[in-house]
Formats: sequence, C-alpha cells, structure tokens
Amino acid sequence: MTALPETTERKLGLVIDLDTCVGCHACVIACKGWNTENYGAPLADADAYGADPVGAFLNRVHSFEVEPDSGPAQLFHMPKSCLHCEDAPCVTVCPTGASFKRVEDGIVLVNESDCIGCGLCAWACPYGAREMDPVEKVMKKCTLCVDRIYNENLPEEDREPACVRTCPAGARHFGDLGDPDSAVSQLVEARGGVDLMPEQGTKPVNKYLPPRPRDADIDVLAPYLEPVDAQPKGFLGWLDRALERI
Amino acid sequence: MHPAVSIILFTTLSGMGFGLLAFLGVGIPRVEGWVAAVFFAIGFALAGGGLLFSSLHLGHPERALKAFTQWRTSWLSREAWASVATLGVVGVFAAALVVFGVRIAPLGWLGAAGCIATVYVTSMIYASLRSVPRWHHWSTSALFLAYSASGGALLAGQRWPAVAVLVVTGVGQFLAWRAGDARYAACGSTVGSATGLGHLGRVRLFEPPHTGDSYLTREMVFVVARKHARKLRSIALLLAVVLPVGLLLLPAFHHLGAAVAVLSHLAGVLCVRWLFFAEAEHVVGLYYGRRPA
Amino acid sequence: MTSPQPHVETSPPVSDEVRKTTCYMCACRCGIDVHMKDGKVAYIEGNRDHPVNRGVLCAKGSAGIMQHLSPARLRAPLKRVGPRGSGKFEEISWDEALETVRARLATLRETAPEKLAFFTGRDQSQSFTSWFAQAYGTPNYAAHGGFCSVNMATAGIYTMGGAFWEFGSPDWDRTKMFMLFGVAEDHDSNPIKIGLGKLKARGAKVIGVNPVRSGYNAIADEWVGITPGTDGLFILSLIHCLLKAGRIDLSYLSRCTNAPVLVNEDTKSPDHGLLLTTPDGKHMVIDRHTGKPAPFDGAGVLPDLAGSLRRAGTSHRSVFQHIAERYLSDDYAPEKVARTVGIDANRIRRIAADLARVAFDEAIELDRPWTDFRGERHEKMIGRPVSFHAMRGISAHSNGFQTCRALHLLQILLGAVETPGGMRFKPPYPKPATAHPKPHCRVTPGKPLDGPHLGFTHGPDDLCLTDDGQPARIDKAFSWENPMSAHGMMHMVISNAHAGDPYKIDTLFFYMANMAWNSSMNTSGVMNMLTDTDDNGNYVIPNIIVADAYSSEMVGYADLVLPDTTYLERHDCISLLDRPISEPGAVADAIRWPVVEPDRNVRGFQSVLLDLGARLNLPGFVDDDGAPKYADYADYIANHERRPGIGPLAGWRVGDGAAESNRQTGLTHGRGGPNGAQIDAYIKNGGFWSAHVPDGAAFYKPWNTAYQDWAVEMGFYDSPQPYVFSLWCEPLRRFQLAAEGHGTRQPPDHLRERIKATLDPLPIWYAPLEDGHADPVEYPVHALTQRPMAMYHSWGSQNAWLRQIHGMNPLFVPTALWTANGFSDGDWARVTSVHGEITVPVAHMAALNEHTVWTWNAIGKRKGAWALDTDAPEATMGFLLNHIIHELLPPKGDGLRWANSDPVTGQAAWFDLRVRIEKVAPPRRSYPDPGGQDRIVPDPPQNVTLKVGS
Ligand SMILES: Nc1nc2c(c(=O)[nH]1)N[C@H]1C(S)=C(S)[C@@H](COP(=O)(O)OP(=O)(O)OC[C@H]3O[C@@H](n4cnc5c(=O)[nH]c(N)nc54)[C@H](O)[C@@H]3O)O[C@H]1N2
Ligand SMILES: Nc1nc2c(c(=O)[nH]1)N[C@H]1C(S)=C(S)[C@@H](COP(=O)(O)OP(=O)(O)OC[C@H]3O[C@@H](n4cnc5c(=O)[nH]c(N)nc54)[C@H](O)[C@@H]3O)O[C@H]1N2
Ligand code: SF4
Ligand code: SF4
Ligand code: SF4
Ligand code: SF4
Ligand code: SF4
Ligand SMILES: [Mo]
Repeated sequence: MTALPETTERKLGLVIDLDTCVGCHACVIACKGWNTENYGAPLADADAYGADPVGAFLNRVHSFEVEPDSGPAQLFHMPKSCLHCEDAPCVTVCPTGASFKRVEDGIVLVNESDCIGCGLCAWACPYGAREMDPVEKVMKKCTLCVDRIYNENLPEEDREPACVRTCPAGARHFGDLGDPDSAVSQLVEARGGVDLMPEQGTKPVNKYLPPRPRDADIDVLAPYLEPVDAQPKGFLGWLDRALERI
Repeated sequence: MHPAVSIILFTTLSGMGFGLLAFLGVGIPRVEGWVAAVFFAIGFALAGGGLLFSSLHLGHPERALKAFTQWRTSWLSREAWASVATLGVVGVFAAALVVFGVRIAPLGWLGAAGCIATVYVTSMIYASLRSVPRWHHWSTSALFLAYSASGGALLAGQRWPAVAVLVVTGVGQFLAWRAGDARYAACGSTVGSATGLGHLGRVRLFEPPHTGDSYLTREMVFVVARKHARKLRSIALLLAVVLPVGLLLLPAFHHLGAAVAVLSHLAGVLCVRWLFFAEAEHVVGLYYGRRPA
Repeated sequence: MTSPQPHVETSPPVSDEVRKTTCYMCACRCGIDVHMKDGKVAYIEGNRDHPVNRGVLCAKGSAGIMQHLSPARLRAPLKRVGPRGSGKFEEISWDEALETVRARLATLRETAPEKLAFFTGRDQSQSFTSWFAQAYGTPNYAAHGGFCSVNMATAGIYTMGGAFWEFGSPDWDRTKMFMLFGVAEDHDSNPIKIGLGKLKARGAKVIGVNPVRSGYNAIADEWVGITPGTDGLFILSLIHCLLKAGRIDLSYLSRCTNAPVLVNEDTKSPDHGLLLTTPDGKHMVIDRHTGKPAPFDGAGVLPDLAGSLRRAGTSHRSVFQHIAERYLSDDYAPEKVARTVGIDANRIRRIAADLARVAFDEAIELDRPWTDFRGERHEKMIGRPVSFHAMRGISAHSNGFQTCRALHLLQILLGAVETPGGMRFKPPYPKPATAHPKPHCRVTPGKPLDGPHLGFTHGPDDLCLTDDGQPARIDKAFSWENPMSAHGMMHMVISNAHAGDPYKIDTLFFYMANMAWNSSMNTSGVMNMLTDTDDNGNYVIPNIIVADAYSSEMVGYADLVLPDTTYLERHDCISLLDRPISEPGAVADAIRWPVVEPDRNVRGFQSVLLDLGARLNLPGFVDDDGAPKYADYADYIANHERRPGIGPLAGWRVGDGAAESNRQTGLTHGRGGPNGAQIDAYIKNGGFWSAHVPDGAAFYKPWNTAYQDWAVEMGFYDSPQPYVFSLWCEPLRRFQLAAEGHGTRQPPDHLRERIKATLDPLPIWYAPLEDGHADPVEYPVHALTQRPMAMYHSWGSQNAWLRQIHGMNPLFVPTALWTANGFSDGDWARVTSVHGEITVPVAHMAALNEHTVWTWNAIGKRKGAWALDTDAPEATMGFLLNHIIHELLPPKGDGLRWANSDPVTGQAAWFDLRVRIEKVAPPRRSYPDPGGQDRIVPDPPQNVTLKVGS
C-alpha cells in the first residue's frame, strides 16, 4: 500500500517546542517502553550489556549548539521522531506495501508482517526516523502511538502519545495539524512553527517551535536603579523617611 | 552510506550479467550451441547471483515475494518484476536457442530491452532518493547503464565496442564524481535547515542522541576519509577502465588478455560501487555532526 | 487505484492491572503506574494524581523496568572468599549472614559501640536507619548529605527554616522572573521541569546562572556563564545595587525577619555580635510605635529597622544597619566584582534592576486576609513575583554555605520568600534550626546513644567533642573543623577510619552508597584504603558490610553483602519524619509496596535491619519478652509511633482527632493512633497521601496564625511556633566569639583564624579554599561535573536503555582552550590537578565559561562491575573526575592537612577543583585504570527483547 493517499482526513502529528525542551530524554524512554510492550515486535537491544550496544528507538534527542554573530553561544535540545510527512518518500519506496500512510489520520506506519527488512525506507527518510530492529529485522518507526490515541481501554485523558504524556516540561504537543482551529495549529501559528528540511519536499506534519530570542541586550532598564541618595550617609536618612511610609 | 558487501555484489554482478544478456539478446556475438550455453550461463549466473546477493541484504528474505506487490510506486518492486521478467524472457530465448537451436529474434530483442530496463530500474532505486544527494541525479542511471554495457561488451568479447563504452564510462564516471562532490552542497540541506535553527547563527552538533552506534549511524553515517576516497577512485578507474582498455588495445590481443580485462574490470567496478555507497552522504548525517564535504 | 489499507488494532488491551507505587530511580519520588501483565511488570508510566509529578515521568523513571530486571541484581547474601576488591564471593544463607553480623555487632555494642560506623546513601528511610543506629548506641551514623548538599540545606534552615527541593520551591504558577543558580537536574527533577514548562508557556523570564549552558540553562532566556565559585560575590553585588537604590521590601524585613533585632556592638563584651534578648530569651527590637525596646513578637509591635539602643553602657544597632553598612560598601560594586565573577558590570546592574522591577512594580496582590503572629490583620497577601532556585553549583564549594546564605538574603530583601510569586515552603517546612534537634554523641556501651546523631548546633556547647576536646565522631562532624556539619561527613569516613583518626573502628556498614567509587573523593586512594593491610596482614579497616541491591563497585569491597530487593519488590515509606514529598500547597507522604515478589534470595533492607535490631535485642526492636516487635518493615510503618499519635505515615490514622468528614470511619490524618489497614489505604489511594494547605494558610507560613494552627493540627509540632528569618545567623557568631577567645570550649589555635574569617553571621564571600592551595596559574581551569538527566549516579549504567544514551563521557572543553590546545574531535587530554592526573577523551562546547571544563557525573565504571562486559565503553572510555579530587587539600607547609570541605558545614567541595589540560596521543583507554573485579552475578543476556504480554 505504498501509494500515498491523495489527502488524509486529518493530519495528526506532534508539535515540539525548542524553547522549552530541556533535553531530558524522558520522551525517548517512555516511547521505548510503550512500543516495546505494544505495536509489533518489541524494540530490541543487541549487545545490551556489552561493548557496542545497539537498540531500536523511535524517538531520539539530539543537542545542537548555535553560535550567533554576537552574544554567547546557545544550546538546544532537539527530539526527533517520524514527522508523518504528507509526501512521505519512505512510503513510496517500500516494495512490499508494509509502509503506508493512513487515510483517516495521516499516520505513517509499518505493517511488520509484510516487511522484508530491506531498509530502503530508512534510506529514503531524510530525518533518520526509521530504525531496523536489530533482532526481529523489521523496520520500526514512530507509530504516533496509534494504539494509544484511540485506545478505548485507556482513560480519555491518556489517549495521547506516550512521549507527550510523559514530557515533564510540556514541550511536546499532539493534535490535528490539518485543522487550523486545533490547539496545535494555533500554537504553530502563534509561535511560527517550522518544518525540518523543507527542501527535501517531504512536507512534514510535525512542526518545531523555534526558540524565543535569547540573551537580550543590556541597558534598557538602567534607570530603575537610581541610588536613593548620592551621599553614603544619606541611606539612613532615606531609610527613616521610607520607614515612615510602611 | 554503509558499503554493504551484499549490495555491492548485487549491483556489480547483476549489472554485468544483464549487460552480457542484453548483448546476447541482440545476437552479439551470434553464438549457438554449447558456446551459447556457456555465454548464457555466465550471464544468468551473474544476473541471478547478483539478485541472490541482494536478498542477503534482507531481514526477511522468506517474505521476498511480497516485494512484487508495489510496482506502481516502488523502484525496488519494479526491480523485482523487471529482473524476473527479463530473466524469464531471456531464459525462453536462450532455451530455444541452446536446446532447440531456434533464434526467436523478437524475443531476444525484448530480452535485451528488459536487461536495459532492469539495470535502469535498479539504478533508480538509488537515483530516486533525494535524501542522498550524490545519487539523486540522472547520471546515476547513466553510469549504471554504462557499466552494464561495458561489462557486457567485455564479456561478450566485443573488443572495439568495449573500448568505446569503457572510455565513455570512464570519462562519465570522472565527470560524475566531480559533479557528485558538489551535489550535497547544492541540495540545500544543511544543519541549519535540518534543525530549523540556521537563522540564529552557526549550528553545530553538541551531543548525539546516544554515545554508541545505532542502526542509523551504522547504516547511513558511514564516513570515508577524503584522501582515502581519492586514492580509491584512481584505483577504481585504473582497474575498471584504463587497464582493460590497455589490454584491449594491445596489438596481440588474446583470450587470456580478455579474461584479465574482464577480471580487472570486475574488480574496478567493485571499487566503484564501494565508493558509490561509501562516498554517498545521507542528509541524516546532519543530525550526527556530519557536514556536507 | 489503491489497495486496502492494512487493519491496525487501535484498542489493544493495555494491561491486566495497574499497581501504583513510588519511583526510586532518584530522590524525586514520583508516583508511578506499574502496568502488570501475567503478574509481571510490563510498562511504567507516571501517576496523574500524584502531587509530585502529575503524571509525567523522566527517562530514568520510565526505564525503571530495566532496573528492576537488571542482570546486575544481587541474588543471595554473599561472603567474601577472595581478596577485597577481587569480586570473589560465595553465596550464603540469610541465617548465616545475619548471625555473622549479629555476633560481631553484639560484641562491639557491649564494649565499644563507636567501633561500628553505619552510613547510608540517598535512601529515604533515614528516620528509620538513624533510629537503629541510635538504639545501637554508636555515634557514627549519618547519611550522604555531607558530600551532597548540606550547604544548601543548612544555610536555608539556619536562615529561614528551609531551602529548596524537599523544603520549598518557586511559586511556579505566579512567578514572573526566575533565577536558577548552579542546577543541572536536582532532586526536584520533575517538579522543576513542570515548573519551567509553566514559565515557558506564560513567557515568564528565566535566567540561568551556570558556567555551563546545558539542560535547564539551555532554555534560559538569559545565560550568566559565571566563573565557578564566585556566585556569592555576584549575589552580594546584586544586593549592593538593590540596597543602594532602596529597592528592598522594608515592611517585610521589619515584620518577618530579624533585620530589626538589636546587635551588641561592644567589641569587649563576651556577647559582642550576639542579639539582644529579653530575660526569657526573646530577641529585642525597637518598636516604631513607642520608640522603646520590645520583644520582637510582642502584640502590636512594629519593629524598627533603623533602631538602636544603648543599654548598660553597651550600644546596640539593628541587624539591618549592619547589612546596609556592609553591602553598601564599594567592595560589592558591580565594577569591583565584574572581573572576578566574569560578568559585565552593566549586566549585573541590569539583572538587579530587572529583579527590582518585577518584584515591586509588578507586585501581585491576592485578596486573602491573614493574621500575623503579632495579631496584626492584613487584608491582602502581597506577592513579589521573583523567585530563585539553587543547588549544588553554589553548594558544593568550600564557600558554599555563605553563598547559599547570600542567596537567601537576596530573596528575603526582595520580600520573595513565602509570598505569592516567590519561593514557598513545603509543609512540614518551614522549620527553623531551633526547632530541629541538636547533635548527640554520648556513648554508653550496651546502651542507646543519648539522642539523635544529627542536628543543628547553635554554638560551641553543641559540638560533638570528647572530654579531651577531640572529635567524638569518626567523620569529625560537629567538630571545630566543621562546627555546623548537620548532615555528617560521609566522605571522610573511609579516610579517617583508615588513618585511625580520631580513632580506629572495627566495622564499616554501608547501605546504598557506592563509596568505593563515585561517591568518594580520591577514588583510587579510597580503593587502596579499603584493601590496605597492617603489619600482620590484616585489613586496616577490619570489617566491611554492604547492603546493596546490585553488583556495584562497593559490593566488590565488602566482606559480607546483604542483598536488597529492587524498589518494586519491597515496602518503603517516604515519611514526614524524614524527607517528605510535599508540595507548597499540600503536605504529602508516600509508600512503596511489593508490586511483585522477588524471585531471588533477597530481602528488603529495612526488614533486615529490623531483624538485626531484634537479634541484638535493641530497645524498640523487641517487646518486653524480647520477641521481635515488628514482623517486617510494613509492620513497622503501620505500627511504629515516634511520639504519641505520630508515626511514619500521616495518612489514615485512627483517632478521635478525626475531622468531621471522617467521623464515622474513625480515621484521621496527621495525628492519630496506628491503623493496621493503613498501608492498604495508601495502596488504594495510589501509594500516597496528601492534604491541602488551607487557602488562608498557603503563604506567610512562619508568621501566619492560620498556618501555625493547621501545622499543629497536622502534628508537625505540638504548639504554634512562629519565628522570623535569621538574616543575622547568631550560631555562626557564637563560634566566632569562641575563636576570638571567649567561652570555655575553645577551638585549636590553628583553626581560630579560619573560623573568624569564614563563620561570619552575615553572608560573605571568600575565594574557594582550593584557590589558596592550588596555584591558580599552574591550574588555571575549573573542572566540574553535571548530573545527566537520563542517568542516576553509578546505577544507571546497568540499564540497557539508559546506557545507550550515556555510555561514555567526554570532557567538554570551551572554545578558547579547544583551539589553544589544537584539539579536534576524537582527541584525548591529560587533565592534571594538584592531586593527580587522568587521561580522558575531549569534546568541544562553545556555550561554556571560558575557564571551565566539565563532564557528566559517574558514567565511568570499574571493569566487571554492574554486570557489564569488561570492554564496555563505561569501563574503557568512561572516567571519573573523582580520582583527581582529594578529600584533603594539598599540604601547604603548616604541617596540617585541611579537609577539602566547607569550613562551616563540612560539605565536600567537589566543584572547587582546578586543573590544567594538555593534548596527548590517544591511548587505548582512559586512565587511571583501577583494575577490575570478577563479575559476581551470572552473565547478562546478549540481547534484550522484552515483551511481557506475548
Ligand atoms: N538525573 C539525575 N538526577 C539527579 C541525580 C543524578 O545522578 N541523576 N542526582 C541527585 C543528587 S544526589 C543530587 S545531590 C542532585 C544534584 O543536582 P544538581 O545540583 O543539579 O547537581 P549537579 O549536576 O552536580 O549540578 C551542579 C550544577 O552546578 C553548576 N556549577 C558548578 N559550579 C558552579 C558555580 O560555581 N556556580 C554556578 N552558578 N554553577 C555551578 C554545574 O555546571 C552544574 O550545572 O541531583 C539529584 N538528581
Ligand atoms: N565528581 C563528583 N562526584 C560526586 C558528585 C559530583 O557532583 N561530582 N556528587 C556527589 C553526590 S551529591 C552524591 S549524592 C553521590 C552519590 O553517590 P552514591 O550515593 O554512591 O550513588 P550511587 O552511585 O547511585 O550508588 C548508590 C548505591 O546504591 C545501590 N542501590 C541502588 N538501588 C538500591 C536499592 O534499592 N537498595 C539498596 N540497598 N541499594 C541500592 C547502588 O547499587 C549503588 O551501589 O556522589 C557524589 N559524588
Ligand atoms: S519522517 Fe521519515 S519516516 Fe516519517 S514519514 Fe517522513 S520520511 Fe517517512
Ligand atoms: S524495510 Fe520494510 S517497510 Fe521498509 S521499505 Fe523495506 S519492506 Fe518496506
Ligand atoms: S508518538 Fe509514540 S511512537 Fe511516536 S515518538 Fe511518541 S511515543 Fe514514540
Ligand atoms: S521529554 Fe520533553 S523536555 Fe524531555 S527531551 Fe523530550 S521533549 Fe524535551
Ligand atoms: S524524577 Fe524520574 S527517577 Fe526521579 S523519582 Fe521521578 S520519575 Fe523517578
Ligand atoms: Mo547528592
């Protein structure tokens, strides 16, 4: 089923706030835990206690430094999972139909029982959002927690992705980016959310909120600290006057 | 990209095999009987063997049949169809020729077209990937076809055509390398666009998401030292083109020389293919501290 | 044309059952929902109802399942059969293990109980473990606070009755400007992140003061990349600016602090610098209404900040005048301090101005009337919406106590403590130093100690000294070297025990602390001390018992190992008697309970300690017939009473005090009798209990009658105990007075000058002590560590998931040093301190103070420990900075070895470290190589493919 649907009814995805993410990796591990127990094969770890451990993860947090032309260097933490692209090249390259994009909500999934583990979809994804399971040898990727967000065995409030539910800083938001009135769309609008690598033509659904400006220039507020009295002795005089008023 | 032995062998061997089969399909050389049998056997061994090697790359080769389902969108699926169909057509053509001594020329032509198509489709698996700028270009297909043609010509014992195609391939390869070197920078993807932070200043990876390896770093963040690559490029061209052409041009051309030329070419193409993967930088490297070279 | 989309099961069953308990991956103690499948732990997520984490969970918490299933789990009691440190052990029965321990401890108790040193790590059952140690009778008990953050805790308690984390936190919902000093992660891990998230959502300003701009500091709107060890000076400069501009909360200072209290100014008086008191011990102020002296808490008194008084020939002036005098001095002018602190003078002014603007011009008012302890009614609660949080970055320096005091002074001058938008205490805090016990050390063989070990000293009389004036404790806590070491000094135990200074001991008993590795300073040295033998070939430290759950480095050095369960397999109690989980708006405590039974021959340590106490016939552990009083820890939790009506847990007690709503059930919260079904009630409620602070009591807690009454009702104390903040810290002055020659208990001469210089009753700044010992020219670079958010000290490395995130640690080097040394990616460096050298991989970081290098804490591992392969990157590339941080400062020619600790509290000065670095050819591994130990657990699996429900 590797033809992409012309349109999807909804565009479910994540909005990640780079102004707020502290880089704690909580979303990485919550994702690992949920998806090990749920959708498809468990996310395995090869050489788990050895010299070269390699496990499958669906979400990873990178850290980048930015050196502006002036002012101190800045540092940002950037979580990254599948962006559920509208023009998902990972889907169209798949020879088996294992990779597909859902018509109803735009979620990109791998049907593991059809996957031959050729790895081509991982090559096609510019973002590194797909990882081959080191033991099961099928392609793993973010499911947008499709088995949580509609899950009737979960209380209503828990029907959101594991990574969103766990994010301590509230840097992750989930919703329908196809609906301009949704909270996530509004947030993207208000904060100027961006696409990663737009030039790759993938039209990602997930958006990133850019950091607010850092390290504002000095001096606007200088007058606030007018000394109460030019004379050193004057302080006590001021104190006396001030105390009269309290 | 990680230069996996299985895919290097696959592209190299199947390219040569289909090249040879294409020649045989159009009747160059016009062989018959047991000579035809040997030629076709070589062709099938190379093409089929290459395909077998490709299945080694699969996590679940037992499900390989599923790869035939998505020919509408997937070049890999098309490759499966094209190669099997081509091998089928050429097989019938060869059987008729070898067993019954009948040359069904249209079938031969069809087979030859299939061979070319198969090599083209294989090349498109790579050339269609925008995420690997070096590959994402018509020259990828052109070179796949050229190598296939040179290998085919050499195997088919076509001295002068071989010389011609080899020279063209060599020059093409040289130009493609040069053009390829600039393609990443031209594709527009930078660590700035990858992070959306480019407008703030110079962006640099501070810490990767994991201190060890991952599937991604192993598979797609393969780095080859530039010096090393330059040297290999020369060796590859020497083996794949210069040496064979030299041998072909020897006045006293001889079967042994031809065999050496073929082997040298094979070794050269293996080098070329190793470089094809090893030098190809995937844009995901931007998330792992790799900048366009 | 499209083929049909595959069917996806979107509503799979999630689990058979959810069991709610408390996380143990760090001391934040979040509530967790443990999803069970087939009776096994399948998935862990945050408990949405929990007051601490409100449903969120950090990486470690979510990875708890891999901790619970770790191949490094100990399986049975172990007896050492090879040399210490070799990792050669033999499994023995619990009876043999407990009998061995009992026999040894029984003999010691009858002869010299102080020869047992029992020290515990970051477990939160200190009220229980100390109770054991007290009943046993050794003075040598403490937990880990001495090497952790005692500066922060004590400076807060002595100044205002609490600091951060378990004591208090910013009013995240109201604060408009937040300054964070020296925090990478902290204990209050999820609440800080939740709080920062709230600030970010509101667009409130965050300033991060930290030499390193990672983690929380990375999201700060403004980064102050301060030079390590100079925060005190920076803060005092902010104070200078605020005072000079009169931008301070005078009303708050006069009503809520000891700023108006009168100080004796007679330099000849034995009371010089002490506060004037009434005969019944109340501090005196001048009442502005009458102009006359009055007790500070007199009804209707309006204390005068500018008061002075001459009485019996002695002049007195208010504390506030001392404050003004000291900090208005040009020594603290931004221009003066800028170079030292590494911050531009204008920037310091601007930050001060920003604080003033937000505190006073953006003040908030809540329409909540309240009545203060003087009987004055206030119609509104006035809030100063600036807030602060700080931790080890300012605490783990040898000037940390005074720096933390300076920060508290700053908050208080702004009127931003216990007011809306500022820093708020978490009940049962605030609790001033005077409401805490004093330390006790009187030993009587065969008898309990004369009182609790740890506490707060208020002067020389409270020190723990023997009759000949020597330190009474093995760690020398509460001695003249560190008179206010309220948490003990765990980092000195091994080195003192090895040196037999102040005396030799017999048994070291460690619980949950990796003292052979990352919690020790001078790790290589410590490993030698643990294995050192005397002339007869006996170990210098004769007997080492370790209670641990995993095969840590420390376990390798034990003679006897008592294997604990994992946190999902035992009862635990997070008690108001200890370090509760309260939030500012609610008091709360919690439990852990066995959501699964152990599948190994291991036992919960607290139950083991109860068993041991009973075998030793300790008072409180046995009933009148000598039979064990408690079957196990669960029994103790439910039935033990500290004071009548007060037990380990405050929820669901039995009694007449029952609130209206609970009359029928006879259940009550806070005070009440033991309830056999209490633990079940906790389990039913999600593993915790919490009660909201009434609205009218939510702020101004120390002075608010509504809060005081509620606190008494809850059992925090037995009668209302309002108090004012101690800007002038009198206990410090009492030690100074002794150093000046007053009083009968006198410090040794070599310590006099240091005590005079550092134990100032008002906050001061002095350069970190190492600067005076290490040559700042030869060692020009500061070297720090930071907590990785996804790792907990040494124990995260056994976690198959987490170790992939941090499997090795480079030393991060700032741009200037990076270029000067010609480093490039993959290079290695030799890092030399005055004490030693290490060889480590380096990496570049631009967002870093230019004189500072740092690395992640505790990633390096000893070969063979933690069930990792010997070629694991943790053991080959990973490293500890601890090898080059000594517990003693280098000799400086006075014949003395000074501890590398804060002179007030004894806090280990981890971050005073100075080094130089140089590039070296890449070695095959990081150095030093401390050798390896046998793997004492079975080989781990090659792959982990965990799926319970399949
Ligand atoms: N994930 C995780 N959480 C933990 C722990 C863990 O191991 N892992 N450990 C727990 C424990 S035991 C503790 S004590 C707490 C400690 O929590 P933190 O106090 O956050 O401890 P550190 O990581 O040591 O952070 C010290 C910070 O201070 C900075 N710093 C160092 N020197 C200075 C200085 O002079 N001035 C300033 N302004 N900053 C400075 C460092 O760069 C670093 O960011 O964390 C607890 N929480
Ligand atoms: N360089 C440098 N060194 C430092 C610091 C620093 O900032 N820099 N920080 C210091 C600070 S603040 C601290 S608190 C220390 C922390 O250092 P430690 O207190 O030594 O902490 P851990 O390494 O976590 O070791 C705790 C031990 O508890 C064991 N354990 C884990 N779970 C259980 C359990 O359920 N039961 C039992 N019985 N045992 C268990 C582990 O196996 C381990 O042996 O490190 C200190 N060391
Ligand atoms: S992010 Fe990658 S895997 Fe996900 S839809 Fe886009 S291309 Fe496919
Ligand atoms: S790895 Fe699986 S999902 Fe990916 S392209 Fe191959 S068959 Fe499709
Ligand atoms: S949405 Fe679900 S699968 Fe995707 S990253 Fe988040 S937790 Fe992982
Ligand atoms: S959990 Fe939230 S704050 Fe932590 S790394 Fe993920 S997105 Fe960032
Ligand atoms: S902060 Fe993380 S590790 Fe600590 S208790 Fe909470 S969930 Fe557990
Ligand atoms: Mo700590």
